[in-house]
Parts: sequence; C-alpha cells; structure tokens
Amino acid sequence: MRTRNPNILGGALGFAWLLVILVPIYYIVITSVRPREDYFSSNPLSLPSEFTLEPFWFVLQNDFLRYFTNSVIVTVVTVLAVVISSLLASYVIVRSRTRLARFSQKLFLMGIAIPLQATIIPIYYLIVQLGLYDTLWALILPSVAFAIPVTVLILTNFLRDVPKELYESMTVDGASDWRMFRSLVLPLAKPAVVTVGIYDALQVWNGFLFPLVLTQSSEVRVLPLSLWAYQGEFTVNIPAVLAAVMLSALPILVLYIAGRRQLISGLTAGFSK
Amino acid sequence: MTAPQAPAASAPQENQEPPRAARPTRRRGGLRTAPSNWLLAPALSFFGVFAVLPLLGVVVLSFFAWDGLGTPTFAGLDAWFTVFQDPVTLNAMKLTLLMTLLCYAVQFPLSLLLGAFMAGHQRYREVFSVLYFLPLLFSAAAVGIAFKALLDPNFGISRAFGLDILKQDWLGSSNLAFYTLIMVISWSFVPFHSLLYQAGIRQIPASMYEAATLDGAGRVRQFFSVTLPQLKYTIVTSSTLMLVGSLTYFDLIFILTGGGPGNATRVLPLDMYLTGFRSYQMGPASVLAVILILVGVLMSLGLNKVSGSDAMESQMEGA
Repeated sequence: MRTRNPNILGGALGFAWLLVILVPIYYIVITSVRPREDYFSSNPLSLPSEFTLEPFWFVLQNDFLRYFTNSVIVTVVTVLAVVISSLLASYVIVRSRTRLARFSQKLFLMGIAIPLQATIIPIYYLIVQLGLYDTLWALILPSVAFAIPVTVLILTNFLRDVPKELYESMTVDGASDWRMFRSLVLPLAKPAVVTVGIYDALQVWNGFLFPLVLTQSSEVRVLPLSLWAYQGEFTVNIPAVLAAVMLSALPILVLYIAGRRQLISGLTAGFSK
Repeated sequence: MTAPQAPAASAPQENQEPPRAARPTRRRGGLRTAPSNWLLAPALSFFGVFAVLPLLGVVVLSFFAWDGLGTPTFAGLDAWFTVFQDPVTLNAMKLTLLMTLLCYAVQFPLSLLLGAFMAGHQRYREVFSVLYFLPLLFSAAAVGIAFKALLDPNFGISRAFGLDILKQDWLGSSNLAFYTLIMVISWSFVPFHSLLYQAGIRQIPASMYEAATLDGAGRVRQFFSVTLPQLKYTIVTSSTLMLVGSLTYFDLIFILTGGGPGNATRVLPLDMYLTGFRSYQMGPASVLAVILILVGVLMSLGLNKVSGSDAMESQMEGA
C-alpha cells in the first residue's frame, strides 16, 4: 500500500471512526469521576465541575471485590480445565489414527458450527438435577465444555506442525505418554496455549448468559451480572454504575498495556494467523 | 536410561535406524508410537455431558411440557404448534433475519475498510489502531450498561450539544430502538473484525502491490484486484463469524431493551430466553432453540459451500 499521494478519503474515514469509538469511551470515563449531583444538571459530555473518585469507593463498598473474586475463580478454573483437557485430546488427535481419535476430531469440529448457547434450557435442567444450581460449578462446567471445540482446533493445528521425528525419537527412548506430554508436547505448545488461554479467559470473563440463568444469589455473582445488578440497585447513581463498568474492564486494560500483541492474538485466536 | 533431555539430543541421523530396531521395548508388546486413547477422556466427558447431552436434550424437551420447576411431561407436537402459530415468534424470526442482514451490511464494509486503514504503517494509523481497540476491553454487559446511560432520553446524549437530531428516545421508541441496537452492535463488534482484516491485509506480499503499481493500477483498482481476492479466506471467516454470531446476540439486547418496546427488538435468542425463563414455557422455548441451532448449522454449511472449503479450517491451517 505504498502510494505517494496521501489517502485523504482513508484518513477521513479513519478519523470519523475514531470519533465514533471515543465518544462513548470518553462518556464512560468522564461520568465515572463526576459527582452525583452534577450528573443531573450538566451536559453529559462536559467536564465535571470537580473530579471525584467517590463513585469508585461506592462500588468497592458494595461487594465489588466479592464479584471480582468470583469471576477470577470461575475464569482460572475453567481455563485450566479447558487447556489441560484440550491439550491432551489434541495430542491424541494429532498422533493417533484410531477410530476414536478421528471421531473426536469430527465431534469437536461440529461443535464449532453449532450455536451452543441455544442449549441453555437442558443445561439449566442438568445443573438443577446435579444439585449445582446457584454455585460457581454451575458456571465452570458448561463453560469448559463450550470452550473445548475451538481450543482443540487451534491446538491440533499447532501440534500438527511439530515434526513427527521429535515424537518418534522419544518413543524410541521408551518415554511414557505422560513423560512425552510433559517434556515434549507441553513446552512445544506453549505459545499456542497462551494464545488460546487468553481467548478462553476472555469468553468466560465476559460471559453473561450462564450466570444469568444458572445462578441467583449475590454470593456467587460474577462481574458481568453484577453490572446489571448494580444498574438495578443504584438506579439513578449512574456515575457509580459506570465506575463499576470501568473497574470490570481494568484487568483487560492491564493485559492490553502489558502484552498488547498477545492479547490481540488471543482475541482473534486462530481466526487470523 | 536416557535422561529426559531435549529430544533433539538424540540427533545422530545415520545410526537412528539400527538402535530403533535393536532396542527391545520391554514395557509392552510392540513399539508404541501413538498415545493412549484414554487421554481423550477428559475432553470427551466434559463435551459429552455439557454439550452433546444438552444438544440432544433440547430436541427431546421440545416434545415436552415443562414449567422449569416440576417434572417435564410428554406433550407431542404441542410446543411446535404453539410456536408456529404464535405471531410473536414469527415476528422474532423476521426481526432476526432483518438484524442479521443489516448488521452484516453495516459491519462488513466498515471492518474491511478500517482493516485496510489499520494495515498501513503510517505513524498516525498505528496510534489510531491502538485506540480502535478500546471497545474490546468491555464485556457485552458493560457495553450495554454504558450505552443505556448514554442513550437515556433525559440525561444522555440527547441534551449534549443542543442538537435536535440527538433529542431522540433512542431505545424507547419502537421505530428507532431496532436501528439503535444495530449501531451499538456494530460499535462493539467492528473492532474485532477489523483486526482480522488488518492481519489478513498485512500478509499480502508487498510485491503484488508493486507489480500493480507498475501496471499503472491506482489505489481503488489495487483494492479491488489485489486486496479483495487475496483476502478470500479472511472474508469467509469473518462473514461466518458475523452471520452465525448474529444468532447469538443476546446480552447486549437483553440489557439495552429487553426485547422492547413492545416486541420491537425481540429477536429469536431473546424470544427463547423470555419464553423459557420469564414465561416458564420450556417446551416452546426448546422449539425456538432447535430452530436457532438448525439455522446456525445450515448457515455454516452454506457458507462453507459458497467458499468451496472449510473456511475456518483452511484459515487456521495458515492461508
């Protein structure tokens, strides 16, 4: 795309989109530091009469940290379970020619084409029958299942690029499955595991439907649901609601600043190489 | 016993064959080269119990009557008749189709052009790209909550600049709410798709553009005869995600309008949720779920046919 004269049309589009993106973000930021009284009287896009962190304290005093912790627990446990089980499965799918291995690959591929969210009703039934309704497990177990297809697909494509000779030489050395997995598959797959782990973590962190349907009490409330609940509880205290929105985005912002490249590759997972 | 060192250490290529044949594998009958099928067990059981079983379950439940609390009782085709005679459902199907098409019509050209813009290496474009990413920091719930406040008819953007055109009941008017949703959906999803296009365009070899320039092709001509054809896989992947994804827009719409005003934004996924978990009619809700699943699968298959290959796979295999 190296042309000499500047692309004015492109620049105009780019600038217009920048405005579209920034106005709502600016609104979130500016409102979250606005005094409560100010909200009703002023132009919503003007600078506040004074900057205050009061909305943030208000949110933190309203159990924000508990919801945050719940989200962290659900995300960490889910991602660990997804990545470990998918990596084991991918290893077999890449290395084995048995009927079961080929069947599994087809099954997981099929799982990608299906909008699994539509199975929420039987999942609700299942979770109630298992006595897990309104627990963090109710969120973790289906989240693991839903994340497996994409994770397996990305990991198998990655492991397929590993030269066969590496596996064979270890087999010759008499390595067990476990040792092969630990000292060959795991270290080799590390970059793909990081990418797909970030992808899965974002899906779980942002998930709304499972918490909405499968939990009820505030003890097991996770962040996205808490935002919705705050909106109902705080009613007119919009600065506090938007402070909660800001706080919920904070971990991802930190990730973006610390490892922009990895976050982007995690977000787009295998969809662009 | 060899130490568990890096496998590359057993490198001497010439004498790799003899030891393999000579060394007896004491552990089992023959030399095993493939891992045990048991390693599939964790993934298969998670997926079997919490994805395949519910998938079958939703079909079964569509033939039952169930209020969400008691025991489901068999009801034959009752739920199916209910759904297809319900004007609300037919309206939901129409709205879903319209929303899918309109969202695509807005998002596809916008993401493509922005991706091309972001692929440029000018300094200002790189700064812009960093800012374009910002919507992706927020969950759909967060975006929904924020826009609900921003679009509030009394305290939101409607009184920002004193402009009459902004003084609308963006989410409360049945004529406007549907289109407002499309704008919010685009705001939150275009950044993701433009990232895909940016990556795709950056992979196109610079030599192709140089050749095109030598042939006297201008910028527009280059876009249509170099960029677009080279982006085939990215376009199919992104389109599949956009179109099939539009069947699962739930959180944003649920928070912004809840399907209202009236039923003006009650698309299929929302109709399913409200029928099931607000009206406690799990039978009809399961019918809606089956419809959603069928439409999703047919759409994926159709797009694969159009593209002539399994787009997701070929894309990931590194086009």
